Amino acid sequence: MTEKILAQHAGKAAVRPGDNVWVRVDILMTHDVCGPGTVGVFEREFGKDAKVFDREKLVVIPDHYIYTVDKMCQRNVAIMREFCQRHNVKYFYDPDTTAYKGVCHIALAQEGHTRPGEVLLGTDSHTCTAGAFGEFATGIGNTDAGFVLGTGKILLKVPETMRFVIEGELPPYLMAKDLILRIIGDIGVDGATYCAMEFAGSCIESLSMEERMTLCNMAIEAGGKNGIIPVDRVTREYVKARTNKPFIEVTSDPGARFKSVANYNAAELAPAVARPHSPDNYAPAAACGDVKLDRAYIGSCTGGKLSDFIAAAKVLLGRKVSIDTYLVPATREVEQGLHATKLDGRTLAQVFADAGCLPVAPPSCAACLGGPVDTVGRANGAEVVISTTNRNFPGRMGSKEASVYLASPYTVAASAIRGTITDPREFM
Amino acid sequence: MSAITGKVYVLGDNIDTDQIIPAIHLYLVPTIEAEYRKLGSFALSGLPAGLPPFVAPGSETSEYRIIVAGRNFGCGSSREHAPIALGAAGVKAVVAGSFARIFFRNCIATGELYPVDCVARLCDEFKTGDEAELRLDENVLIKAATGERFDLKPLGDAKDVIDAGGVFAYARKTGMIKAAGA
Ligand code: SF4
Repeated sequence: MTEKILAQHAGKAAVRPGDNVWVRVDILMTHDVCGPGTVGVFEREFGKDAKVFDREKLVVIPDHYIYTVDKMCQRNVAIMREFCQRHNVKYFYDPDTTAYKGVCHIALAQEGHTRPGEVLLGTDSHTCTAGAFGEFATGIGNTDAGFVLGTGKILLKVPETMRFVIEGELPPYLMAKDLILRIIGDIGVDGATYCAMEFAGSCIESLSMEERMTLCNMAIEAGGKNGIIPVDRVTREYVKARTNKPFIEVTSDPGARFKSVANYNAAELAPAVARPHSPDNYAPAAACGDVKLDRAYIGSCTGGKLSDFIAAAKVLLGRKVSIDTYLVPATREVEQGLHATKLDGRTLAQVFADAGCLPVAPPSCAACLGGPVDTVGRANGAEVVISTTNRNFPGRMGSKEASVYLASPYTVAASAIRGTITDPREFM
Repeated sequence: MSAITGKVYVLGDNIDTDQIIPAIHLYLVPTIEAEYRKLGSFALSGLPAGLPPFVAPGSETSEYRIIVAGRNFGCGSSREHAPIALGAAGVKAVVAGSFARIFFRNCIATGELYPVDCVARLCDEFKTGDEAELRLDENVLIKAATGERFDLKPLGDAKDVIDAGGVFAYARKTGMIKAAGA
């Protein structure tokens, strides 16, 4: 699939892994952390008066350092605001206005910028999330992005594809997060370096778009260049509800070559955690019952979507948390969903309040990557945290002394109740 | 550039971008000169406690010019601040068992430093503070004290891009794009 999309965008009949090809870019996304540097490179190299390659193909989504009094962070958003005004950029989701969305990868999907068959690049490693829509999506640095901003093109090396086939229905206590933590545990944090990770099988077909995004989001945690999932009815329905732009579906050829094929049976997997300090440090949740926790965190592009909050609420309904439990919806749309979605006659927001969680924070990346010291949920000491986010390298949530365990929203919610790492089946 | 001599700093596997440049410093914009230098002063400040400081307190640059590391150096985020922080601190090359893809690409795009794959596991052969000479033309890293030579994998075309000073400088030199503002 990846090869076919890149061939189309390079104007070639076919490409092979290892080929270096110039590819046409459909969407370039940037945010407040890497945007100013990207713009800086663009203006240094192409001149202050140069025009961006296409004012409708640049999407600017400030999301990282939003709710902070830090002046430098505010300056960076201002740099992007000025740039977008000057270039009449069509899609700038300004934090100072009602256009603000929240975490870029989820906002991209919700605003209809993720479309099958396209090439989407972003100045953020989790840009691979959009591969869930059957497109080629990967993260790049400021200099490459500055080049794309000026030319609309990029030189890419065609990756080999590793295929992961997951069969069977996902048991009710498992989520996409458990699948991907297991896969990363099996292949390691560099197991897919330079490769495309293609996910297929009856289990994947049964997943919602949000769950598929969780899988592709974490392809980078195995070193992958991109994650990709075939387009089906679920994809089409999601995309058509959010954009009327036409798109071309690309399928995997029956005789396609793969670097490797791994098979999993969903029913045999267990609720998973990644222990500190690496996403590949896999363990079944049930084996970590002696880990005492200080805090639980539900949020980010991986674990802060509406389906993640619904999952957590199912576990927390009628129960109480025993540790500080932070809730950070990825986007405004998710935040609204917390008030609009009901479980047993109570909204999700009410379920969380009843359970004793901390007040719902405004949507942004927040403590997923630490951030300025005033960031909600930031680990500032030696906290032991269980989190639905995607990375737990030392210092990722702020303090180097903190220990972060990654898990699904089910497992995080169950653990928040007990105060120790808990297999969610104990509450289901 | 063909030979790089200086002190090495030795690290293990999976040194991620948060250890290279912690997220709290990402408000710094690399294309602004003063902030570029400031990034250098924070290079590798995310390493766990107990390791020798990479940049001496109060300094903007490091006494180490070569980093020798294990597998998957630079994994994690796409932040170009990572190779830039190392380059701004005065690092000329990282010699590692392997590199994460985006970090590798960012090294070449910015021309900040040479990401060189080693053949044997050199992070077990060197200690922080050792003097070494990196000969890119010969693909070897030489330990000054003993004269031992360790093979490196050739950088190929990427070397030309870094020699030129990054992808834009290279593209101009080779006539792929016109000069800025032209
Ligand atoms: S939520 Fe976390 S992983 Fe996602 S874009 Fe923000 S900082 Fe990155």
